[in-house]
Amino acid sequence: MIRLIAILLLVASTAMAVEPDEILDDPALEQRARALSQGLRCPVCRNESIDESNAELARELRILLRERLVDGDTDQEAVDFLVARYGEFVLLRPDTSGVNVVLWYAAPAMLLVALGIGWATIRRRAPAPTALSATEKADLEKILRS
Amino acid sequence: MGYLETMLNELAHFALILAFGVAIVQTIVPLVGAHRGNVAWMRLAEPAATIQFLLVGFSFAALTWAFIVSDFSLQLVFMNSHTDKPMIYKITGVWGNHEGSMLLWVLILTLFGASAGWFGQGLPMRLRARVLAVQSSVGVAFLAFVIFTSNPFLRLELPPLNGRDLNPLLQDPGLAFHPPFLYLGYVGLSMAFSFAVAALIEGRVDAAWGRWVRPWTLAAWMFLTVGIALGSWWAYYELGWGGFWFWDPVENASLMPWLIATALLHSAIVVEKREALKSWTILLAILAFGFSLLGAFIVRSGVLTSVHAFAVDPERGVLLLMILGFFLGGSLVLYAFRASAMQTQGVFSTVSRESGLVLNNILLAVSCFVVFIGTMWPLVTEMLFDRTLSVGPPFFDAAFTPFMVALAIALPLGSMLAWKRGSFDRMTKAMAGWLFLAVALAALAYAVQSGNSALGPIGVALGVWVVGGALADLWIRAGRDDLRAKLRRLRNLPRADWGKATAHIGMGVTIFAIAGMLAWEKEDIRIANIGDRWDMGAFSVQLDAVNQLQGPNYVTTMADMSIWRGDRELYTLQPEKRFYPVANMPTTEAAISNGFIRDVYVVIGDPQVDGGWAVRTYDKPFANWIWGGCILMALGGLFSLSDRRLRVGAASAKPARANAVPAE
Repeated sequence: MIRLIAILLLVASTAMAVEPDEILDDPALEQRARALSQGLRCPVCRNESIDESNAELARELRILLRERLVDGDTDQEAVDFLVARYGEFVLLRPDTSGVNVVLWYAAPAMLLVALGIGWATIRRRAPAPTALSATEKADLEKILRS
Repeated sequence: MGYLETMLNELAHFALILAFGVAIVQTIVPLVGAHRGNVAWMRLAEPAATIQFLLVGFSFAALTWAFIVSDFSLQLVFMNSHTDKPMIYKITGVWGNHEGSMLLWVLILTLFGASAGWFGQGLPMRLRARVLAVQSSVGVAFLAFVIFTSNPFLRLELPPLNGRDLNPLLQDPGLAFHPPFLYLGYVGLSMAFSFAVAALIEGRVDAAWGRWVRPWTLAAWMFLTVGIALGSWWAYYELGWGGFWFWDPVENASLMPWLIATALLHSAIVVEKREALKSWTILLAILAFGFSLLGAFIVRSGVLTSVHAFAVDPERGVLLLMILGFFLGGSLVLYAFRASAMQTQGVFSTVSRESGLVLNNILLAVSCFVVFIGTMWPLVTEMLFDRTLSVGPPFFDAAFTPFMVALAIALPLGSMLAWKRGSFDRMTKAMAGWLFLAVALAALAYAVQSGNSALGPIGVALGVWVVGGALADLWIRAGRDDLRAKLRRLRNLPRADWGKATAHIGMGVTIFAIAGMLAWEKEDIRIANIGDRWDMGAFSVQLDAVNQLQGPNYVTTMADMSIWRGDRELYTLQPEKRFYPVANMPTTEAAISNGFIRDVYVVIGDPQVDGGWAVRTYDKPFANWIWGGCILMALGGLFSLSDRRLRVGAASAKPARANAVPAE
C-alpha cells in the first residue's frame, strides 16, 4: 500500500488543465482568461490549447496570462504579449495578415464559384418552356380527338 | 513459445507474401482479359479476390493468436502487449499499433474486394472484372507497404519474458473498437473508387452504375459515421473534461472523407434516378478515397503535429505519399481524358430535387475544402512562406460552421422537392408550421437560458427545422387519405425513404445537441476536502472518500462522490486516476452519470499540499444526443442499405418477376 502511494506521489505532477489554485477571484476576469487561453496554443504540446493542456509550460502561461489581465491588460494586449514571446505559432486562430488571406477567403470564394457553376449548369439543362402555345394546344386537341 | 507458434508465424508471413502475388495477378490478368474480351481471364478475378482475402485473413488470425498467447518472439507482441493485460485488450492490441493496424487495413480491403466478387453476380462481366482488378491494385500497393516497411511478423531472436504493454489510453472499450469501424469506412470507400475507375476505363456510366456503387458507398459511410462517433465519444469520457471534437489533423482526416462520402451518397442517387451529374459523381468517388489515403498519410507520417500521432515514421510517410500520388494522380488523369464521355441524359428545372442535391454537394464539398485548407495550411506556410503558425479550433468553428448552418437550412427544403420539376408551394405549406415552431422554441430557449448567447437558440431552431422537415416529408409521402390509409402507406414506403428520414433526423439531433451542450454546459473546478458539498446546477455534489486501489495492470486513486438533489442522495460516482506502471503512464477515468437530458461528469485530480483534492464537476446537457444523432444517421444508412432495390444481384436473383413488371 505504501508503495502504491509512493508511486502515485511520483506521478502527482500530472496536473490536469486549469488547476483550482490558478482560478482568479473575479469571475468576469476569470471568464476572459478562460476564453483567451482556449485560443492560445501550448508551445511544447502536440496540438492542445493552454486551457486543456497538462504541461507545466501551459500552466505557467495560464498564470502569466491571468497576471497580465489582473494588471489591467486588454485581451488584445495580453495576447500580443504572448505572441511577442512565442511567435504567431501560439495563435490557434491565425490572423488575416499576408498570405493568410488565402486561408480565410479561399473557401467562401470557392463557394461563390461553385454556386455560379452549379447555377449555370442547371440553367443550361433546364427543359424547354413548359407551357404549350395556342397552336400546340389546338394540335394536341386534334390528336386527342382523332 | 512452442514449435507450433513459430510455424504459425512463419506460415502467416508466407501467406501475406502469397497474397501479394495473387493481388498482382488479379490486377493484371482481368484487366487484360476485359480489354481483349477473354472470358476466362476475366473470370479469374473472382476466385483470386476470395483467395487473397483468405490468405490475408489467415495471416491476421495468426497474428491475433500470437497476441492471445503472448508470443513475445514476435517483436510487435513484445512492444504492445503484456501477460497481465485483460484478454479483450490483448485482442484489440492487434490493431493498437502501426503494423497490426495496417494489416487490419489490408484485411478489410481484401474483404471488400472478395465481397464485390460474391455479391456482384448481377454486374456485367467486363465491369466486374475491371472493378476487381482496380480494387486489387490498391491491395498490391498496401500489401507491399505492409511487407516491406511495416512487417508485423518480425521475430526476436531471444524472446523476452514479458512485453511492454499497450498504451493505456488504448485499453478502453471505446478506443478498442474505434479503429476497425473507421477502417471499414476508409477502406470501404475504395469500392466506390474502384467502380469509378472501372467506369472511366469502360467510358460509360448509367443508372445501373449508380445503383451498384451506392450500397458500397452507403456501407462505407455508415461505418465511417460510427467510427467517428466512437472516437468522439471516447474523447468525451476519457480525456477528463468532456471535450468531444478538437479539430486535430487526425480527426479532420476522418471528417474529410466523411463529408465527401456524404456528398457522393447523394449525387449517386441523381445518377441512379435521373442519369445526371455523372462525371461529378465519378470525381466525388475518386476524391472520397483520395481523402481516405490522405488520412492514412496524415496519421502515419507525422508531417502534421497531432495529439494522435502514433508510430510516426517519415520514411513510411514518403511511401504513403507515393501511394496517394499514384492512385489519386492516376485516376484524375484518367478522369481528365474520359469524363467528357459521360453523357448526361436527364434534364431538370431550376426548382427540383436535382438542384437541391447539387446545393447539398456544393455545401459539403466546400465545407470539406475548409477542413482541408485549415489542416494543411501550417504545412504550406512553413514550407513556402517560412511562417510557423497554427490553425486550431477557433478557425474551424468560424469557417466551417456557416456551411453546416446553410446545409441544415437547405436540407428540408431540398429533400422535399419533386424530381425533375418541383414547386415551392407544396413545401411552403408543409414547412410553415415547422418554421413557426422552430422560431418559437428558439425564442423560448433564449428567454429561459441565462446569458444571451445565440448558439443555443440557433441550435434549437436548426434542430427542430431539420427534424420537422424529415417528419413533414414522411407525412406528405403518406398521401391525403384518412389516417388508416396514411399509416398503411407509411408502412409500405420503401426502406430507402425511411432511411432518408432517419438519417436526416439524426443530423438534426446532432446539430441541436452540439449547440445545446456547448451553450449550456457548466463547469466547476475547486479544491474539496472529504465531506465537502457544493452546488452544481440543479444538483449538489459531495466528496465522500478517496481510496487507493490495485487493478489488474494498474494502480488507481478512486474517489466516492455522491450526487444529491436537495436532501435526497441520488447516486454515487467513482472517478479514478490510474497509473499504469509498465507503460509508466497515468490516465484519467472520469465518472459519468449518463442521463437522457444531461450528463453529470466528475473528475478527481491531484491531492493538494494543504490537504484536500482538486475536483472538477461538469453539467453536460444533451451530451448523449450528439452520438445518438450519429447512431440515427448510421441507422438511416442501414435502413437504406436493406432496401430491396439496392441489393446487388436482386434483379438477377428474381429474373422472372422482374420481367413480369413493366418498366417504370
